[in-house]
Amino acid sequence: MADDLVSSSVAPQTQEIIHINDLSLYYGAARALVDISLKIRENVVTAFIGPSGCGKSTLLRCLNRMNDLIDNVRIDGSCEIGGHNIYGSEVDVIELRKRVGMVFQKSNPFPKSIYENIAFALRLHGMTKKSDLDATVERSLRQAALWEEVKDRLHSSGLGLSGGQQQRLCIARAVAIQPEILLMDEPASALDPLATAKIEELVLDLKKDYTIVIVTHNMQQAARVSDYTAFFYLGKLVEFNTTRKVFTNPSHKQTEDYVTGRFG
Amino acid sequence: MQTIPNTHTPEPVAHFHRSRFDAWSFLFTGVTGACTYLIIAILLLILGNIVLNGYSHFSWRFLTGGADRGMYDPETAGVLPMIVGTASRIILMTIFVIPVGVITALYMTEYAHSTSLGIRIIRGAVANLAGVPSIVFGLFGWGFFLNFIGTHMDQLLHPEAAKAVWGKPALIWASLTLAVMTLPVVIVATEEALKSIPHGLREASLALGATKLQTVLRIVLPQAMPGILTGGILAISRAAGEVAPILFTGAVSFYPDLPKALTDPFMDLGYHVFILSTQSPNIEQTRPLLYATVMALLLLTFLLNVMAILVRAQMRRKLRALQ
Repeated sequence: MADDLVSSSVAPQTQEIIHINDLSLYYGAARALVDISLKIRENVVTAFIGPSGCGKSTLLRCLNRMNDLIDNVRIDGSCEIGGHNIYGSEVDVIELRKRVGMVFQKSNPFPKSIYENIAFALRLHGMTKKSDLDATVERSLRQAALWEEVKDRLHSSGLGLSGGQQQRLCIARAVAIQPEILLMDEPASALDPLATAKIEELVLDLKKDYTIVIVTHNMQQAARVSDYTAFFYLGKLVEFNTTRKVFTNPSHKQTEDYVTGRFG
Repeated sequence: MQTIPNTHTPEPVAHFHRSRFDAWSFLFTGVTGACTYLIIAILLLILGNIVLNGYSHFSWRFLTGGADRGMYDPETAGVLPMIVGTASRIILMTIFVIPVGVITALYMTEYAHSTSLGIRIIRGAVANLAGVPSIVFGLFGWGFFLNFIGTHMDQLLHPEAAKAVWGKPALIWASLTLAVMTLPVVIVATEEALKSIPHGLREASLALGATKLQTVLRIVLPQAMPGILTGGILAISRAAGEVAPILFTGAVSFYPDLPKALTDPFMDLGYHVFILSTQSPNIEQTRPLLYATVMALLLLTFLLNVMAILVRAQMRRKLRALQ
Protein backbone atom coordinates (compact mmCIF):
# COMPACT_ATOMS: atom_id res chain seq x y z
CA MET A 1 0.00 0.00 0.00
CA ALA A 2 2.64 2.48 0.93
CA ASP A 3 4.76 1.68 -2.12
CA ASP A 4 2.66 3.48 -4.64
CA LEU A 5 2.31 6.58 -2.42
CA VAL A 6 5.98 7.12 -1.70
CA SER A 7 7.79 8.95 -4.43
CA SER A 8 10.46 7.03 -6.15
CA SER A 9 12.95 9.88 -6.16
CA VAL A 10 15.78 9.67 -3.70
CA ALA A 11 15.54 11.80 -0.57
CA PRO A 12 17.99 14.72 -0.89
CA GLN A 13 21.00 14.54 1.38
CA THR A 14 21.33 18.21 2.22
CA GLN A 15 23.08 19.63 5.22
CA GLU A 16 21.72 18.78 8.64
CA ILE A 17 20.71 22.06 10.23
CA ILE A 18 18.67 20.95 13.23
CA HIS A 19 20.48 18.77 15.73
CA ILE A 20 18.31 17.45 18.54
CA ASN A 21 20.52 15.84 21.20
CA ASP A 22 19.07 13.66 23.97
CA LEU A 23 16.13 15.96 24.37
CA SER A 24 13.76 15.11 27.20
CA LEU A 25 10.71 17.09 28.22
CA TYR A 26 8.81 16.90 31.48
CA TYR A 27 5.35 18.28 32.20
CA GLY A 28 5.83 18.52 35.96
CA ALA A 29 6.71 14.95 36.90
CA ALA A 30 5.40 13.31 33.73
CA ARG A 31 7.99 12.67 31.04
CA ALA A 32 6.62 13.43 27.60
CA LEU A 33 9.81 13.09 25.53
CA VAL A 34 12.49 10.51 26.24
CA ASP A 35 16.05 11.24 25.07
CA ILE A 36 15.21 12.23 21.51
CA SER A 37 18.17 12.44 19.18
CA LEU A 38 17.45 13.49 15.64
CA LYS A 39 19.09 15.43 12.81
CA ILE A 40 16.88 17.28 10.37
CA ARG A 41 18.13 18.26 6.94
CA GLU A 42 17.80 21.54 5.14
CA ASN A 43 15.24 22.13 2.39
CA VAL A 44 13.50 18.80 2.77
CA VAL A 45 10.19 17.85 4.30
CA THR A 46 10.52 15.81 7.48
CA ALA A 47 7.38 14.18 8.83
CA PHE A 48 6.77 13.31 12.47
CA ILE A 49 4.27 10.45 12.69
CA GLY A 50 2.94 8.32 15.50
CA PRO A 51 -0.24 7.59 17.45
CA SER A 52 -1.97 10.27 19.55
CA GLY A 53 0.00 11.26 22.60
CA CYS A 54 3.35 10.02 21.30
CA GLY A 55 5.00 13.40 21.68
CA LYS A 56 5.32 14.48 18.05
CA SER A 57 3.57 17.83 18.54
CA THR A 58 5.46 18.38 21.79
CA LEU A 59 8.76 17.86 20.01
CA LEU A 60 7.71 20.17 17.19
CA ARG A 61 6.88 22.90 19.66
CA CYS A 62 10.31 22.50 21.23
CA LEU A 63 11.90 23.66 18.01
CA ASN A 64 10.55 27.20 18.34
CA ARG A 65 10.30 27.14 22.11
CA MET A 66 6.52 27.41 22.14
CA ASN A 67 6.58 25.01 25.09
CA ASP A 68 8.00 27.89 27.12
CA LEU A 69 4.44 29.20 27.28
CA ILE A 70 3.29 26.24 29.36
CA ASP A 71 3.85 26.26 33.11
CA ASN A 72 5.88 23.52 34.75
CA VAL A 73 7.74 22.41 31.64
CA ARG A 74 11.33 21.27 32.02
CA ILE A 75 13.73 20.47 29.21
CA ASP A 76 16.86 18.34 29.42
CA GLY A 77 19.30 17.95 26.58
CA SER A 78 19.80 20.40 23.77
CA CYS A 79 18.50 21.40 20.42
CA GLU A 80 20.87 23.13 18.01
CA ILE A 81 19.70 25.07 15.02
CA GLY A 82 22.38 26.40 12.71
CA GLY A 83 25.01 25.49 15.29
CA HIS A 84 23.49 27.36 18.26
CA ASN A 85 21.72 25.68 21.15
CA ILE A 86 18.30 27.32 21.16
CA TYR A 87 17.92 26.55 24.85
CA GLY A 88 21.11 28.39 25.70
CA SER A 89 20.94 31.29 28.10
CA GLU A 90 21.95 33.95 25.57
CA VAL A 91 19.32 33.03 23.02
CA ASP A 92 16.75 35.66 22.08
CA VAL A 93 13.48 33.78 21.78
CA ILE A 94 11.93 36.49 19.62
CA GLU A 95 14.74 36.16 17.10
CA LEU A 96 14.39 32.38 17.17
CA ARG A 97 10.70 32.56 16.37
CA LYS A 98 11.38 34.90 13.48
CA ARG A 99 13.60 32.26 11.97
CA VAL A 100 11.49 29.25 12.89
CA GLY A 101 7.89 29.82 11.89
CA MET A 102 4.85 27.78 12.85
CA VAL A 103 1.48 26.88 11.37
CA PHE A 104 -1.04 25.47 13.81
CA GLN A 105 -3.57 22.67 13.57
CA LYS A 106 -6.54 24.92 13.97
CA SER A 107 -6.14 27.92 11.69
CA ASN A 108 -5.93 31.07 13.78
CA PRO A 109 -5.97 34.16 11.59
CA PHE A 110 -6.18 37.42 13.47
CA PRO A 111 -9.55 39.20 13.43
CA LYS A 112 -8.10 41.72 11.00
CA SER A 113 -8.15 42.12 7.25
CA ILE A 114 -6.22 39.69 5.06
CA TYR A 115 -3.67 42.40 4.37
CA GLU A 116 -3.26 43.26 8.05
CA ASN A 117 -2.90 39.60 9.03
CA ILE A 118 0.28 39.46 7.02
CA ALA A 119 1.41 43.02 7.65
CA PHE A 120 1.15 42.54 11.43
CA ALA A 121 4.41 40.62 11.75
CA LEU A 122 6.11 42.72 9.09
CA ARG A 123 5.37 45.91 10.98
CA LEU A 124 6.46 44.26 14.20
CA HIS A 125 9.87 43.60 12.73
CA GLY A 126 10.33 47.08 11.36
CA MET A 127 8.89 47.24 7.86
CA THR A 128 7.05 50.53 7.50
CA LYS A 129 7.04 51.60 3.86
CA LYS A 130 3.72 50.90 2.19
CA SER A 131 5.36 49.78 -1.03
CA ASP A 132 7.48 47.23 0.84
CA LEU A 133 4.47 45.99 2.74
CA ASP A 134 2.33 45.71 -0.38
CA ALA A 135 5.04 43.80 -2.21
CA THR A 136 5.68 41.41 0.68
CA VAL A 137 1.98 40.75 1.23
CA GLU A 138 1.61 39.86 -2.43
CA ARG A 139 4.69 37.66 -2.43
CA SER A 140 3.51 35.79 0.68
CA LEU A 141 0.02 35.26 -0.68
CA ARG A 142 1.45 33.97 -3.95
CA GLN A 143 3.74 31.61 -2.08
CA ALA A 144 0.72 30.30 -0.21
CA ALA A 145 -1.23 29.89 -3.46
CA LEU A 146 -3.87 32.29 -2.16
CA TRP A 147 -3.17 35.47 -4.14
CA GLU A 148 -5.48 34.81 -7.07
CA GLU A 149 -8.38 34.08 -4.76
CA VAL A 150 -8.07 37.12 -2.52
CA LYS A 151 -6.27 39.80 -4.51
CA ASP A 152 -9.48 41.79 -4.95
CA ARG A 153 -10.45 41.72 -1.29
CA LEU A 154 -7.25 42.21 0.62
CA HIS A 155 -8.98 44.52 3.08
CA SER A 156 -11.87 42.24 3.89
CA SER A 157 -11.73 40.19 7.07
CA GLY A 158 -9.45 37.20 7.25
CA LEU A 159 -12.14 35.36 9.13
CA GLY A 160 -14.46 35.53 6.15
CA LEU A 161 -12.40 32.97 4.27
CA SER A 162 -13.14 29.27 4.10
CA GLY A 163 -11.26 26.87 6.38
CA GLY A 164 -8.75 25.90 3.73
CA GLN A 165 -8.19 29.51 2.71
CA GLN A 166 -7.72 30.54 6.33
CA GLN A 167 -5.04 27.93 6.76
CA ARG A 168 -3.30 29.12 3.61
CA LEU A 169 -3.53 32.65 5.02
CA CYS A 170 -1.81 31.40 8.16
CA ILE A 171 0.90 29.85 5.97
CA ALA A 172 1.26 33.14 4.07
CA ARG A 173 1.53 34.94 7.38
CA ALA A 174 4.25 32.58 8.54
CA VAL A 175 6.34 32.79 5.36
CA ALA A 176 5.99 36.57 5.12
CA ILE A 177 8.83 37.10 7.58
CA GLN A 178 10.96 34.62 5.64
CA PRO A 179 11.87 32.10 8.30
CA GLU A 180 14.43 29.42 7.52
CA ILE A 181 12.39 26.62 9.02
CA LEU A 182 8.64 26.12 8.87
CA LEU A 183 6.98 23.95 11.49
CA MET A 184 3.53 22.62 10.61
CA ASP A 185 1.44 20.98 13.30
CA GLU A 186 -1.17 18.83 11.51
CA PRO A 187 -2.02 21.75 9.20
CA ALA A 188 -4.65 19.90 7.19
CA SER A 189 -6.32 17.81 9.88
CA ALA A 190 -9.33 20.13 10.11
CA LEU A 191 -9.79 20.44 6.35
CA ASP A 192 -11.75 18.60 3.68
CA PRO A 193 -9.86 16.42 1.13
CA LEU A 194 -9.75 19.09 -1.57
CA ALA A 195 -8.34 21.73 0.79
CA THR A 196 -5.95 19.12 2.19
CA ALA A 197 -4.64 18.37 -1.28
CA LYS A 198 -3.98 22.07 -1.85
CA ILE A 199 -2.03 22.29 1.40
CA GLU A 200 0.05 19.24 0.49
CA GLU A 201 0.80 20.73 -2.91
CA LEU A 202 1.88 23.87 -1.13
CA VAL A 203 4.22 22.00 1.18
CA LEU A 204 5.95 20.35 -1.75
CA ASP A 205 6.32 23.75 -3.36
CA LEU A 206 7.56 25.52 -0.23
CA LYS A 207 10.37 23.09 0.47
CA LYS A 208 12.42 24.75 -2.26
CA ASP A 209 12.82 27.77 0.02
CA TYR A 210 12.22 26.43 3.51
CA THR A 211 13.04 23.49 5.70
CA ILE A 212 9.73 21.96 6.63
CA VAL A 213 8.88 19.76 9.59
CA ILE A 214 5.33 18.52 9.50
CA VAL A 215 3.45 16.61 12.16
CA THR A 216 0.68 14.47 10.82
CA HIS A 217 -1.50 11.67 12.05
CA ASN A 218 -2.33 10.82 8.44
CA MET A 219 0.25 8.31 7.26
CA GLN A 220 -0.74 8.58 3.64
CA GLN A 221 -0.10 12.29 3.87
CA ALA A 222 3.33 11.65 5.37
CA ALA A 223 4.10 9.23 2.58
CA ARG A 224 2.94 11.66 -0.12
CA VAL A 225 4.59 14.76 1.15
CA SER A 226 7.77 14.03 3.09
CA ASP A 227 11.33 13.06 2.23
CA TYR A 228 12.21 11.83 5.70
CA THR A 229 9.96 10.37 8.34
CA ALA A 230 10.39 10.01 12.09
CA PHE A 231 8.13 7.57 13.91
CA PHE A 232 7.45 8.24 17.58
CA TYR A 233 5.81 6.09 20.20
CA LEU A 234 5.15 6.98 23.84
CA GLY A 235 7.66 9.81 23.82
CA LYS A 236 10.48 7.83 22.22
CA LEU A 237 11.87 8.08 18.73
CA VAL A 238 11.44 4.59 17.33
CA GLU A 239 12.69 5.04 13.81
CA PHE A 240 14.00 7.84 11.61
CA ASN A 241 14.88 7.33 7.99
CA THR A 242 13.95 8.28 4.46
CA THR A 243 10.23 8.09 3.93
CA ARG A 244 10.70 5.41 1.34
CA LYS A 245 12.48 3.14 3.78
CA VAL A 246 10.13 3.79 6.71
CA PHE A 247 7.07 2.96 4.67
CA THR A 248 8.31 0.13 2.50
CA ASN A 249 10.95 -1.55 4.63
CA PRO A 250 10.91 -0.35 8.23
CA SER A 251 13.55 -1.66 10.61
CA HIS A 252 11.32 -1.95 13.66
CA LYS A 253 8.24 -4.07 14.01
CA GLN A 254 6.44 -1.26 15.82
CA THR A 255 6.96 1.00 12.84
CA GLU A 256 5.72 -1.65 10.48
CA ASP A 257 2.63 -2.23 12.60
CA TYR A 258 1.85 1.48 12.65
CA VAL A 259 2.37 2.26 8.98
CA THR A 260 0.38 -0.74 7.89
CA GLY A 261 -2.44 0.34 10.12
CA ARG A 262 -2.31 -2.53 12.51
CA PHE A 263 -2.48 -0.13 15.44
CA GLY A 264 -2.74 3.57 16.15
CA MET B 1 -53.55 -24.14 7.14
CA GLN B 2 -55.41 -21.23 8.64
CA THR B 3 -54.34 -17.68 7.89
CA ILE B 4 -54.47 -15.37 10.84
CA PRO B 5 -56.93 -12.64 10.00
CA ASN B 6 -55.37 -9.23 9.91
CA THR B 7 -57.44 -7.34 12.47
CA HIS B 8 -54.89 -4.64 13.15
CA THR B 9 -55.58 -1.44 11.33
CA PRO B 10 -52.64 0.94 11.57
CA GLU B 11 -53.20 4.34 13.17
CA PRO B 12 -53.05 7.35 10.88
CA VAL B 13 -49.44 8.59 10.89
CA ALA B 14 -49.87 12.36 11.01
CA HIS B 15 -51.02 12.58 14.60
CA PHE B 16 -48.72 15.29 15.94
CA HIS B 17 -50.96 17.57 17.96
CA ARG B 18 -50.58 17.48 21.69
CA SER B 19 -53.14 15.35 23.28
CA ARG B 20 -51.92 15.77 26.79
CA PHE B 21 -51.88 19.06 28.72
CA ASP B 22 -48.62 19.35 30.71
CA ALA B 23 -49.63 21.21 33.83
CA TRP B 24 -46.15 21.50 35.30
CA SER B 25 -44.65 23.05 32.17
CA PHE B 26 -47.47 25.53 32.01
CA LEU B 27 -47.04 26.44 35.66
CA PHE B 28 -43.30 26.87 35.33
CA THR B 29 -43.64 29.06 32.26
CA GLY B 30 -46.25 31.09 34.08
CA VAL B 31 -44.13 31.60 37.18
CA THR B 32 -40.99 32.60 35.29
CA GLY B 33 -43.02 34.95 33.12
CA ALA B 34 -44.66 36.47 36.16
CA CYS B 35 -41.28 37.10 37.79
CA THR B 36 -40.01 38.82 34.68
CA TYR B 37 -43.02 41.08 34.51
CA LEU B 38 -42.69 41.71 38.23
CA ILE B 39 -39.27 43.23 37.64
CA ILE B 40 -40.66 45.49 34.96
CA ALA B 41 -43.58 46.42 37.19
CA ILE B 42 -41.29 47.37 40.07
CA LEU B 43 -39.13 49.46 37.77
CA LEU B 44 -42.17 51.23 36.35
CA LEU B 45 -43.51 51.77 39.84
CA ILE B 46 -40.32 53.44 41.02
CA LEU B 47 -39.91 55.53 37.91
CA GLY B 48 -43.56 56.39 37.81
CA ASN B 49 -43.58 57.54 41.41
CA ILE B 50 -40.58 59.75 40.82
CA VAL B 51 -41.76 61.24 37.54
CA LEU B 52 -45.31 61.87 38.70
CA ASN B 53 -44.12 63.69 41.78
CA GLY B 54 -41.29 65.58 40.20
CA TYR B 55 -42.18 66.53 36.64
CA SER B 56 -44.05 69.63 37.66
CA HIS B 57 -40.83 71.25 38.81
CA PHE B 58 -38.52 69.63 36.28
CA SER B 59 -37.93 72.56 33.99
CA TRP B 60 -35.14 74.06 31.97
CA ARG B 61 -34.76 76.76 34.61
CA PHE B 62 -34.43 74.03 37.20
CA LEU B 63 -31.70 72.28 35.28
CA THR B 64 -29.66 75.34 34.46
CA GLY B 65 -30.25 77.49 37.51
CA GLY B 66 -27.78 78.00 40.27
CA ALA B 67 -28.16 76.99 43.86
CA ASP B 68 -27.41 80.40 45.31
CA ARG B 69 -30.97 81.58 45.50
CA GLY B 70 -33.38 79.66 47.67
CA MET B 71 -32.29 76.05 47.39
CA TYR B 72 -35.34 74.90 49.26
CA ASP B 73 -37.88 76.91 47.30
CA PRO B 74 -39.25 75.11 44.27
CA GLU B 75 -39.75 78.38 42.47
CA THR B 76 -36.12 79.44 42.54
CA ALA B 77 -34.08 76.28 43.04
CA GLY B 78 -31.62 75.21 40.37
CA VAL B 79 -29.40 72.14 40.15
CA LEU B 80 -26.76 73.06 37.61
CA PRO B 81 -23.90 73.03 40.15
CA MET B 82 -25.01 69.59 41.31
CA ILE B 83 -25.21 68.27 37.75
CA VAL B 84 -21.73 69.56 36.99
CA GLY B 85 -20.42 68.16 40.26
CA THR B 86 -21.90 64.71 39.76
CA ALA B 87 -20.84 64.52 36.12
CA SER B 88 -17.31 65.69 36.96
CA ARG B 89 -16.77 63.16 39.71
CA ILE B 90 -18.06 60.34 37.52
CA ILE B 91 -15.86 61.28 34.57
CA LEU B 92 -12.78 61.70 36.77
CA MET B 93 -13.48 58.38 38.44
CA THR B 94 -13.62 56.70 35.02
CA ILE B 95 -10.27 58.22 34.07
CA PHE B 96 -8.71 56.75 37.21
CA VAL B 97 -10.43 53.38 37.42
CA ILE B 98 -10.26 52.09 33.85
CA PRO B 99 -6.45 52.17 33.37
CA VAL B 100 -5.75 50.72 36.81
CA GLY B 101 -8.48 48.08 36.50
CA VAL B 102 -7.43 47.02 33.01
CA ILE B 103 -3.75 46.79 33.90
CA THR B 104 -4.56 44.73 37.00
CA ALA B 105 -6.75 42.37 34.98
CA LEU B 106 -4.05 42.11 32.30
CA TYR B 107 -1.50 41.14 34.92
CA MET B 108 -3.82 38.57 36.47
CA THR B 109 -4.75 36.98 33.16
CA GLU B 110 -1.72 37.33 30.91
CA TYR B 111 1.33 37.55 33.08
CA ALA B 112 0.88 35.81 36.40
CA HIS B 113 1.00 32.05 36.84
CA SER B 114 -2.59 31.10 37.47
CA THR B 115 -1.88 29.05 40.57
CA SER B 116 0.71 31.19 42.31
CA LEU B 117 0.11 32.45 45.80
CA GLY B 118 0.33 36.06 44.67
CA ILE B 119 -2.54 35.61 42.24
CA ARG B 120 -4.73 33.96 44.83
CA ILE B 121 -4.09 36.82 47.22
CA ILE B 122 -5.00 39.37 44.55
CA ARG B 123 -8.19 37.54 43.63
CA GLY B 124 -9.15 37.35 47.29
CA ALA B 125 -8.47 41.04 47.72
CA VAL B 126 -10.60 41.95 44.69
CA ALA B 127 -13.49 39.83 45.92
CA ASN B 128 -13.31 41.34 49.39
CA LEU B 129 -13.06 44.85 48.02
CA ALA B 130 -16.30 44.28 46.18
CA GLY B 131 -18.08 43.53 49.43
CA VAL B 132 -16.97 46.53 51.46
CA PRO B 133 -19.84 48.88 52.41
CA SER B 134 -19.75 52.26 50.69
CA ILE B 135 -19.51 54.23 53.93
CA VAL B 136 -16.29 52.42 54.75
CA PHE B 137 -14.90 53.68 51.44
CA GLY B 138 -16.01 57.15 52.47
CA LEU B 139 -14.10 56.92 55.74
CA PHE B 140 -11.09 55.44 53.98
CA GLY B 141 -11.08 58.22 51.42
CA TRP B 142 -11.35 60.84 54.14
CA GLY B 143 -8.62 59.30 56.27
CA PHE B 144 -6.16 58.33 53.54
CA PHE B 145 -6.64 60.69 50.61
CA LEU B 146 -7.83 63.80 52.36
CA ASN B 147 -6.13 63.71 55.73
CA PHE B 148 -2.95 61.84 54.91
CA ILE B 149 -2.08 62.59 51.32
CA GLY B 150 -3.89 65.94 51.18
CA THR B 151 -2.33 67.46 54.27
CA HIS B 152 1.14 66.22 53.32
CA MET B 153 0.73 67.74 49.88
CA ASP B 154 -0.21 71.00 51.55
CA GLN B 155 2.87 70.85 53.75
CA LEU B 156 4.97 70.28 50.64
CA LEU B 157 3.38 72.60 48.14
CA HIS B 158 1.65 75.30 50.19
CA PRO B 159 3.50 75.54 53.50
CA GLU B 160 2.53 79.15 54.06
CA ALA B 161 -1.11 78.99 53.03
CA ALA B 162 -3.65 79.81 55.70
CA LYS B 163 -6.36 77.56 54.35
CA ALA B 164 -5.94 73.96 53.23
CA VAL B 165 -5.69 73.51 49.47
CA TRP B 166 -5.42 69.75 49.11
CA GLY B 167 -6.27 68.73 52.65
CA LYS B 168 -9.98 69.45 52.35
CA PRO B 169 -13.00 67.98 50.56
CA ALA B 170 -12.12 68.07 46.87
CA LEU B 171 -13.20 66.70 43.52
CA ILE B 172 -10.05 64.64 43.19
CA TRP B 173 -10.38 62.85 46.50
CA ALA B 174 -14.03 61.98 45.91
CA SER B 175 -13.21 60.67 42.42
CA LEU B 176 -10.29 58.59 43.70
CA THR B 177 -12.45 57.13 46.46
CA LEU B 178 -15.10 56.17 43.92
CA ALA B 179 -12.40 54.69 41.68
CA VAL B 180 -11.19 52.46 44.50
CA MET B 181 -14.77 51.40 45.14
CA THR B 182 -15.55 50.45 41.54
CA LEU B 183 -12.18 48.81 40.85
CA PRO B 184 -13.46 45.23 41.35
CA VAL B 185 -16.20 45.77 38.80
CA VAL B 186 -13.77 46.88 36.10
CA ILE B 187 -11.25 44.16 36.96
CA VAL B 188 -13.81 41.37 36.75
CA ALA B 189 -15.36 42.64 33.51
CA THR B 190 -11.94 43.02 31.90
CA GLU B 191 -10.86 39.56 33.06
CA GLU B 192 -13.97 38.01 31.54
CA ALA B 193 -13.28 39.78 28.25
CA LEU B 194 -9.64 38.66 28.21
CA LYS B 195 -10.51 35.06 29.02
CA SER B 196 -12.98 34.91 26.17
CA ILE B 197 -10.25 35.59 23.62
CA PRO B 198 -9.16 32.25 22.16
CA HIS B 199 -5.65 31.22 23.13
CA GLY B 200 -4.82 30.43 19.51
CA LEU B 201 -4.61 34.13 18.69
CA ARG B 202 -1.93 34.70 21.31
CA GLU B 203 -0.01 31.63 20.12
CA ALA B 204 -0.16 32.81 16.52
CA SER B 205 1.21 36.19 17.49
CA LEU B 206 4.02 34.80 19.63
CA ALA B 207 4.97 32.27 16.94
CA LEU B 208 5.53 35.20 14.58
CA GLY B 209 8.15 36.63 16.89
CA ALA B 210 6.04 39.13 18.79
CA THR B 211 6.89 39.82 22.41
CA LYS B 212 4.25 39.25 25.05
CA LEU B 213 3.72 42.99 25.39
CA GLN B 214 3.21 43.41 21.66
CA THR B 215 0.75 40.53 21.65
CA VAL B 216 -1.18 42.06 24.54
CA LEU B 217 -1.25 45.57 23.11
CA ARG B 218 -1.87 44.79 19.45
CA ILE B 219 -3.97 41.63 19.48
CA VAL B 220 -5.50 40.94 22.88
CA LEU B 221 -6.44 44.37 24.17
CA PRO B 222 -8.25 45.57 21.02
CA GLN B 223 -10.35 42.39 21.08
CA ALA B 224 -11.20 42.95 24.74
CA MET B 225 -12.31 46.57 24.38
CA PRO B 226 -16.09 45.94 24.35
CA GLY B 227 -15.77 43.95 27.58
CA ILE B 228 -13.65 46.66 29.15
CA LEU B 229 -16.24 49.26 28.23
CA THR B 230 -18.91 47.08 29.81
CA GLY B 231 -16.88 47.28 33.00
CA GLY B 232 -16.78 51.04 32.62
CA ILE B 233 -20.54 51.20 32.15
CA LEU B 234 -21.10 49.12 35.27
CA ALA B 235 -18.70 51.34 37.21
CA ILE B 236 -20.52 54.48 36.08
CA SER B 237 -23.88 53.06 37.04
CA ARG B 238 -22.64 52.03 40.46
CA ALA B 239 -20.87 55.29 41.20
CA ALA B 240 -23.56 57.67 39.97
CA GLY B 241 -25.92 57.03 42.83
CA GLU B 242 -23.42 56.55 45.62
CA VAL B 243 -23.41 59.23 48.32
CA ALA B 244 -21.51 57.64 51.20
CA PRO B 245 -18.09 57.60 49.50
CA ILE B 246 -18.29 61.28 48.63
CA LEU B 247 -19.79 62.44 51.91
CA PHE B 248 -16.53 63.35 53.62
CA THR B 249 -14.26 63.40 50.63
CA GLY B 250 -15.68 66.03 48.32
CA ALA B 251 -19.41 66.74 48.46
CA VAL B 252 -20.60 69.81 50.34
CA SER B 253 -24.06 71.11 51.05
CA PHE B 254 -23.38 74.44 49.46
CA TYR B 255 -20.67 75.87 47.25
CA PRO B 256 -21.11 79.24 45.54
CA ASP B 257 -19.30 78.32 42.33
CA LEU B 258 -19.16 75.52 39.80
CA PRO B 259 -16.25 73.20 40.61
CA LYS B 260 -13.42 74.25 38.33
CA ALA B 261 -10.26 72.81 39.84
CA LEU B 262 -9.40 69.38 41.17
CA THR B 263 -9.13 70.91 44.62
CA ASP B 264 -12.63 72.39 44.58
CA PRO B 265 -15.41 70.81 46.57
CA PHE B 266 -18.67 70.27 44.71
CA MET B 267 -22.37 69.87 45.14
CA ASP B 268 -23.86 66.55 44.21
CA LEU B 269 -27.31 65.44 43.07
CA GLY B 270 -27.56 62.45 45.36
CA TYR B 271 -26.20 64.30 48.35
CA HIS B 272 -28.53 67.20 47.60
CA VAL B 273 -31.57 64.97 47.98
CA PHE B 274 -30.32 64.13 51.45
CA ILE B 275 -29.71 67.81 52.27
CA LEU B 276 -33.15 68.81 51.00
CA SER B 277 -34.88 66.22 53.10
CA THR B 278 -33.02 66.92 56.34
CA GLN B 279 -32.29 70.62 56.27
CA SER B 280 -35.26 72.14 54.55
CA PRO B 281 -37.22 74.69 56.64
CA ASN B 282 -40.46 73.59 54.98
CA ILE B 283 -40.46 69.94 53.97
CA GLU B 284 -43.91 70.01 52.34
CA GLN B 285 -42.85 72.81 50.06
CA THR B 286 -39.53 71.18 49.27
CA ARG B 287 -40.82 67.67 48.58
CA PRO B 288 -41.39 68.13 44.83
CA LEU B 289 -37.80 69.34 44.61
CA LEU B 290 -36.58 66.01 45.97
CA TYR B 291 -38.29 64.14 43.17
CA ALA B 292 -37.14 66.59 40.55
CA THR B 293 -33.55 66.28 41.77
CA VAL B 294 -33.77 62.52 41.63
CA MET B 295 -35.14 62.79 38.09
CA ALA B 296 -32.13 64.90 37.18
CA LEU B 297 -29.81 62.26 38.67
CA LEU B 298 -31.54 59.44 36.77
CA LEU B 299 -31.40 61.42 33.56
CA LEU B 300 -27.69 62.15 34.01
CA THR B 301 -26.88 58.51 34.74
CA PHE B 302 -28.96 57.45 31.76
CA LEU B 303 -27.17 59.89 29.45
CA LEU B 304 -23.69 58.84 30.63
CA ASN B 305 -24.62 55.18 30.18
CA VAL B 306 -26.05 55.82 26.73
CA MET B 307 -22.85 57.55 25.62
CA ALA B 308 -20.73 54.68 26.90
CA ILE B 309 -23.05 52.11 25.29
CA LEU B 310 -22.87 53.93 21.97
CA VAL B 311 -19.07 53.90 22.09
CA ARG B 312 -19.12 50.19 22.91
CA ALA B 313 -21.61 49.45 20.11
CA GLN B 314 -19.36 51.26 17.68
CA MET B 315 -16.40 49.12 18.78
CA ARG B 316 -18.43 45.95 18.54
CA ARG B 317 -19.53 46.92 15.05
CA LYS B 318 -15.92 47.41 14.01
CA LEU B 319 -14.88 44.09 15.51
CA ARG B 320 -17.86 42.31 13.98
CA ALA B 321 -17.00 43.70 10.55
CA LEU B 322 -13.77 41.79 10.85
CA GLN B 323 -15.60 38.59 11.61
